[in-house]
This record gives sequence, structure tokens and C-alpha cells, in this order.
Amino acid sequence: MSINWMEFTPLASLAGGVAIGLAALGMWLLVGRIMGVSGILGQAIAGEGAGHNSWRLAFIAGVVVAPAGYVLLVGEFTSRMVTSPAGLAIAGLLVGVGTAIGSGCTSGHGICGISRFSIRSIVATCCFVLSGMVTVFILKAGGLA
Amino acid sequence: MKVTVSAFLIGVLFGLGLLVAGMLDPTKVQGFLNITGQWDPSLVFVMVGGIGVSLAGIQMTGRMTKPILAELFHLPTSKQIDRKLVIGAVLFGAGWAIGGLCPGPALGVLGVAGLDAAIFMVCMIAGLFAGRWVSARL
Repeated sequence: MSINWMEFTPLASLAGGVAIGLAALGMWLLVGRIMGVSGILGQAIAGEGAGHNSWRLAFIAGVVVAPAGYVLLVGEFTSRMVTSPAGLAIAGLLVGVGTAIGSGCTSGHGICGISRFSIRSIVATCCFVLSGMVTVFILKAGGLA
Repeated sequence: MKVTVSAFLIGVLFGLGLLVAGMLDPTKVQGFLNITGQWDPSLVFVMVGGIGVSLAGIQMTGRMTKPILAELFHLPTSKQIDRKLVIGAVLFGAGWAIGGLCPGPALGVLGVAGLDAAIFMVCMIAGLFAGRWVSARL
């Protein structure tokens, strides 16, 4: 292992993390809900919270329009894809299936769950980070990344 | 109405947080997972900032009996560490590594990354429903 100093952005990432934490805290204190994107998205589309779905749709809309608004008002930001459209299709399927079976993703387990000292979320976060690291190792070894 | 407007603004804050943090850049996310190669530790700082603020805020408001704009706190009830949790997280981690996107950032890049983002989103939603179907039978 060596540190990639060219890519390292500790201050921006910390600042972004603080904003993410404030959003998670706001969702909990104001709305009383866990800010877990995979769950919110799944339930919004399945229409499970009949009559109570508007907060989910509004949250999703906010996440979609914020970066688009940034591009319009401020300027471009860096977003470099790492795989082909076929790779993205496989990745999307795995992310969808995995977060549905494992009841959460980076936001729900990684930020909200760990903040509440949920053992389930700590276990899930360790599993998906480790699995991601092993997967990148295999991709690099196979010349696919 | 207040709940809906709040949720929208929370979404905006979250989306901007993801952008500033570098989470909307799949190369950066994959760089964090590339721990045996050229490692980019930035995402550790995202986690520290996010968990730190959220944890501190929850501790400070621990005596609240209900949220400000709603009737009750909706807390996940499951406490079990079971194979579904582990299998799901492992599959999710693999997909996160391949595409460099998780569900929040996948929404965030939807309006800016064109067809690539749309392909990921459509497949992720298909996966969410397939996963719910499988999960109910595991």
C-alpha cells in the first residue's frame, strides 16, 4: 500500500462528511427517519408508505437536483466513471440486490447506523468495505480497473 | 408540508455534501477501496465527519421523545446479525467497487452524468426489487 497523495482531499472530504452528517441528523431530529438512501428509494418506488411517501420523494428530488444545480450555478465538478456501461449495469444490479438483502447502504448503515452504535450496521459496514476492497484487488489483478 | 419541505432541503444538503466530499467521483471511491495499491484515504474523512456530527447530535438530543415535525421516531427494529445482513453487504460492496457508486451518489450523479448514471440507476432499482423478492424467501 502507498498513499495516493495526488488524489487525497482530507479537508474537502471532511467538510462534505460534516454536511452529510448534518443531513442525517436533520432527518432524524426533524422527520424522525433514518436517512438511508437504499431504503428510502426502494420504499418510495414500491409506494409502501401510502400517503406518507411525499417526504421520501422530496428527499430524492433534493439529492438529484443539488449537484445539477451546482453545475448550473457554480460550475463543473469532478466525476470520472471507472467502468463501461456494461460494468455499470452489473454494478447497479449488485448494489440494488445487496442493499435490499442487507437492509442498507453507505448512508443507512455506514453513517446513521454507526452513529447509533447499531451492531448490525457496524457488521454490515465492515462487510461491504472489506468486500469492496477485495473486489478492487481482484479487478486490478485482472486488469479490469 | 413542513416535513416534505424539510426532507427536500435535507436532500439538497446531502447531495452537496456528497459532491464536496468527492463521493460523486467514482474514481475517488474506487481509489479508497484500492487499499493494496495507490490508496486514497479521503473517504475515511467523509466517514469521520459524517459519523462525528450525527453521533454527537444524537447524543445531545437523546432525551427528545419525538421528532420536531413528526409524531414518532422510526427506528429499525431488527437486531439480528444474520446471513442476509452479511451476504447483502458483501454483494453491495462488490457492486460499489465495480461502479464506484453507492445509492446516494447514484442519485446525485443522475442529473449530471448522462447515460452512464441512468444505466446504473435503472439496474440498481431492478436490483432493489429483485433483492426484496429474494430477501423475503431467504
